[in-house]
Amino acid sequence: MKLEARFRLHRGDFLLDAAFMAPAQGITALFGHSGSGKTTLLRAMAGLERCAGGLLRLGDTVWQDKERFIPPHRRPLAYVFQDANLFAHLSVRRNLEYGYRRVPEDERRLQFDQVVELLGLAPLLDRATPALSGGERQRVAIGRALLASPRLILLDEPLAALDREGRQAILPYLESLHEQLALPMLYVSHDIDEVARLADHMLLMERGSILADGVVAELLTRFDLPLAHGDTAESVIEATVKEYDREYDLTGLDFAGTTLWVPHPGLVNGKRIRLRVLARDVSLTPEPPALSSILNIIPAQVEAIHEEGPAQAMVRLRAGGGILLARITRRSVARLQLHPGTATYAQVKGVAVLD
Amino acid sequence: MLAPADLTALRITVELAVLTTLILLLLATPLAWWLSRGHRFSYPLVNAVVALPLVLPPTVLGFYILLFVGPHGPLVALGLPSLAFTFNGLLIGSMVYSLPFAVQPLRDAFTAMGRQPLEAAATLRAGPLDRFLTVALPLARPGYLTAAVLTFAHTLGEFGVVLMVGGNIPGRTRLVSIAIYDHVESLNYARAHALAALLLAASLLMLVPVYAINRRLVTWRP
Repeated sequence: MKLEARFRLHRGDFLLDAAFMAPAQGITALFGHSGSGKTTLLRAMAGLERCAGGLLRLGDTVWQDKERFIPPHRRPLAYVFQDANLFAHLSVRRNLEYGYRRVPEDERRLQFDQVVELLGLAPLLDRATPALSGGERQRVAIGRALLASPRLILLDEPLAALDREGRQAILPYLESLHEQLALPMLYVSHDIDEVARLADHMLLMERGSILADGVVAELLTRFDLPLAHGDTAESVIEATVKEYDREYDLTGLDFAGTTLWVPHPGLVNGKRIRLRVLARDVSLTPEPPALSSILNIIPAQVEAIHEEGPAQAMVRLRAGGGILLARITRRSVARLQLHPGTATYAQVKGVAVLD
Repeated sequence: MLAPADLTALRITVELAVLTTLILLLLATPLAWWLSRGHRFSYPLVNAVVALPLVLPPTVLGFYILLFVGPHGPLVALGLPSLAFTFNGLLIGSMVYSLPFAVQPLRDAFTAMGRQPLEAAATLRAGPLDRFLTVALPLARPGYLTAAVLTFAHTLGEFGVVLMVGGNIPGRTRLVSIAIYDHVESLNYARAHALAALLLAASLLMLVPVYAINRRLVTWRP
């Protein structure tokens, strides 16, 4: 099933002209800088911005096209606002029940207790909403949205207003939603780490338009897109937990025919996890060194090279099923005689587990 | 302590104030809601009309209301009875006179809540009337309290309009404020004092809780 949207509207100087088709499953990230129109697009999808001639379709269900405009309250989608936007005059329980009570019993996909359990809301139920912390508010807002039994959930930077701690507290909940509910989510974010951790599919937005869409790992490393350039470029790979080295407290991961060691205890064998590798943490060598302090050395093949200014270059490498980026000097490219197709070894200085 | 005639004036005054408040809150709600949604063209004009009773001399207002409800006015032309010098005439006059006191607090309360809570309600399956009743009204509670008390207290104290429209008929349209004026004119200071002190105390008693509760309600908002 697909989610298809096409919207064009003017707001002052800003023009939103966005069209995309995304898989209607898992988490799709809508990524872009502040002011790129992410929120406006989300609001148009919810029907909160009236947009003549827009199109919104989930599978066979049309919510908006040339002839139709289904008003927001008749679209079975839920919206989680950036600042939670709870009803200040209602308790947490009444906030949660607001949408739930408006869905006929036989159309409810989730039960009240189930959502309370999933999001750990039981201790909050009888509290007044102004007394909640930022993270608690967002959990209530997500619960309230889920209880309206949506077929699609739109999340507008639900973590942006939280501090690091609050963010860390809520991310596991979002992941368990992802794992336990077959509910497509469109997740707006300007934080690439959040996207790399949560999303399966990504829409890249710039100046009101969708620049590209695809699998997160691919979009991060495409040279025709802005993400794969500069000091912050990174790649995301997936690996399987294989073993645990008790003596040195390291976990071994199976990736591209070799073992990656990460200092991250407590991972279950056989689990697929995501890893982030910064391009600036990857160096290249033609032969694997006999002895090195760098633990992770991955056999790889150069796929493409892009010059970044007079001194730097970005190298895209294919390693097993994954893609890595290496940011090295142009001088090194010449000395190692790197070309598309060259076999090489990527020495990875730092790997972050996105979990 | 109060003479029977003064008691009657007091009863009529309170009846007028209660009815004015109830009806005016009902009528002011859609108007305040509409004004709070910021309609560009008519907005300044309608706001100005609503604020007119604040700046016009009550006699001017009373004069036009008298023409409007009187025997040669448009109401009579439509086949309705003349309301000049009747309680219903007073009621219309008071509603016009107190209009800004009802509309402005409601408009400000609706404006202050913004679109956000209503948008949240819309994405949670609540239709327009549903979200107005279950979100906008409860959030505007402090505004309703202010509007009700200001309208009530203001109606208790009006003079010019009710004198023009009501005509000071004892037992029918004679209100406390006019009764006080009559007592002072006839140098009956004791009876004037009794009524005046009563109005003063009642107004103060009404206003203090409003400001106390409103402060609490305001801090209740996040």
